[in-house]
Amino acid sequence: MKYIDEFRDGATARTLAQAIAREVDPRRTYHIMEFCGGHTHAISRYGIADLLPQNVRLIHGPGCPVCVLPIGRIDAAIDLALERGAILCTYGDTMRVPASDQLSLMKAKARGADIRMIYAASDCLRIAAEHPDREVVFFAIGFETTTPPTAVAILDAVRSGAANFSVFCNHVLTPSAINHILESPEVRSLGTVPLDAFIGPAHVSTIIGSQPYEFFAEEYEKPVVIAGFEPLDVLQAIRMIVRQLNEGRAEVENEFTRAVTRAGNAKAKRLVAEVFELRRTFEWRGLGEVPYSALRIKDRYRQFDAEARFDIGYRSVPDNKACECGAILRGVKRPQDCKLFATVCSPENPMGSCMVSSEGACAAHYTYGRFRDSVAA
Amino acid sequence: MKTPRKRYVRPIDFKRGRVDMTHGSGGRATAQLVEELFQEVFDNAWLASANDAACFAVPEGRMVMATDSHVVSPLFFPGGNIGCLAVHGTINDVAMMGARPLYLSAGFILEEGLPLADLRRIVESMGRAAQQAGVAIVAGDTKVVEQGNGDGVFITTTGVGIVPPGVNLSGDRCQPSDRIIVSGTIGDHGVAIMSQRENLGFSTAIESDTAALHGLVEAMLAVAPDLHCLRDPTRGGLATTLNELAGQSGVGMLIEETAIPVRQEVAGACELLGLDPLYVANEGKLVAICAPDDALRVVEAMRKHPLGREAAIIGTVQEDAHRFVQMETTFGGKRVVDWLVGEQLPRIC
Repeated sequence: MKYIDEFRDGATARTLAQAIAREVDPRRTYHIMEFCGGHTHAISRYGIADLLPQNVRLIHGPGCPVCVLPIGRIDAAIDLALERGAILCTYGDTMRVPASDQLSLMKAKARGADIRMIYAASDCLRIAAEHPDREVVFFAIGFETTTPPTAVAILDAVRSGAANFSVFCNHVLTPSAINHILESPEVRSLGTVPLDAFIGPAHVSTIIGSQPYEFFAEEYEKPVVIAGFEPLDVLQAIRMIVRQLNEGRAEVENEFTRAVTRAGNAKAKRLVAEVFELRRTFEWRGLGEVPYSALRIKDRYRQFDAEARFDIGYRSVPDNKACECGAILRGVKRPQDCKLFATVCSPENPMGSCMVSSEGACAAHYTYGRFRDSVAA
Repeated sequence: MKTPRKRYVRPIDFKRGRVDMTHGSGGRATAQLVEELFQEVFDNAWLASANDAACFAVPEGRMVMATDSHVVSPLFFPGGNIGCLAVHGTINDVAMMGARPLYLSAGFILEEGLPLADLRRIVESMGRAAQQAGVAIVAGDTKVVEQGNGDGVFITTTGVGIVPPGVNLSGDRCQPSDRIIVSGTIGDHGVAIMSQRENLGFSTAIESDTAALHGLVEAMLAVAPDLHCLRDPTRGGLATTLNELAGQSGVGMLIEETAIPVRQEVAGACELLGLDPLYVANEGKLVAICAPDDALRVVEAMRKHPLGREAAIIGTVQEDAHRFVQMETTFGGKRVVDWLVGEQLPRIC
């Protein structure tokens, strides 16, 4: 496939891997966090860890949209569909995230809730037009990548006067999560999570640009290299990070120049700013309450805000006690360190959210990489 | 004295008519539908005899029997429809045992309101598929459910066939060092179906690969009677089929990503939809496991058959207590190819 195969070429990968192996300093270890689930997926799917020297360690970050969605939010969505008769529309992966009472959107659907998987936010408006007598709610989740389409759907609803359409907004922000990790005691004071650099988000950065990460490079002295989601992108970014660390630099560099600029997508940012504003605080699964880390719909568009329309109150629900998703999302533990991993928690029956999406650290390791554990054992 | 008038039966309106509850009541309307549609299209002595069951002589040897229900949506898709799919699906299950398929039965669950024109198209397509395959549809049943309780039409077909002497195919016969062969490009059927779903609406030239595979199987057995096992990678795709076989035989497998034939268009559509072609359904492909010495001969024979032109050896069976199916990626790394979990859902990022 043109423009795809070029970024998955095995021969180039081997050359790059050899270059990395030559450049690493054998006296030190390189701890690199890939923030995004898209990178986690690529690393596991293409077996990138096999190509890296022993002293380059990849730490999976929290950038998987369904992984960080707290139970309380899914419970509220299920309630809208199951108890209040709304048609609930959402993106694919969200369907399986475990909620309270052993429910998930998928299981709620089997109990009679009208829940529909959509590919684009605009599909919701079509569904709303087809069912004028029903409430249609878009269960909007995701980072900055999925936020502009939600803004467009709301603005389209204003224009078309879709009175039965609303959005249950759960959009979250990448920089606040990175900040939260850098400020966590494990990284900052205890030093239990060595963290030298970040592979920066691909799709998120096409929207927000590379500029927001400059703060982390300057204030925390951590190199950030923005990389595409193809496996060669990831390898190239690792090489750039190794070089920065070797040379004692901490800068924002952009490997993904074919899609990311410093300023990002001005039009998309304008749309988001028009419709959304910062929440004072938002609960992330695994990270807890993170200040100014999510968006809510502005009062001006209140009539399309499902939280206002259905008077949704938020109730925080703790994860299963043995579940280590929180520590895994912060990079403190690895999937195979969790007692539940591959025993009671598997992709068929996820207990924690990291086992849900193939972008989640646990699911990625379970699905693509667990043969390595058996070799080690 | 008056002679009673000859009863007039208005022919079924296959142009504008729709299925209604009377078609499943067991009364005159049911009989008329059977007579004017099923008996006419399937056209064989067993159906014409109008008995409760078909009666046929049993040839010598071992028989196989398989059943398959079809609930595909949409009913019509590029490259076929639910009718030919229902015929091919069951024939293929029979053929995967190395058997020559002989007879089929067909059970229809129709939804009230289904246009009779659609039903006719479906039944005619079944008739053609069966005829081409040299298989007779000898028994059937029709029920009608109220509107909203079905999805147009569901079809269950059951098939019987006979296994030639000396053939012994089974999913538990994979042995370390056996070769793994696929008969052609994977993922065509699933992507053709997805391209038609209303909420996706992308246009593509990809057609379903739906086809009856017993001819191909016969050609393979002719050059390698000791094939170890065959399976058609339908739902769950190639990945799920390989995991089933690895589990049944208690072995591991190692496949090479670069060796697996995937059409450009299918790879592109999967990329766009966030799906993996390894998990996408096929309806006219098979996976064969054979001894290493047989592999080249089998592939050569397959490539001479129209349904095996792109056949390829994609990997090797290996010893592995964990029964992992692993893949050498195009990239040079290794990864597990696991069972399909639930439905394949697109990722968000």
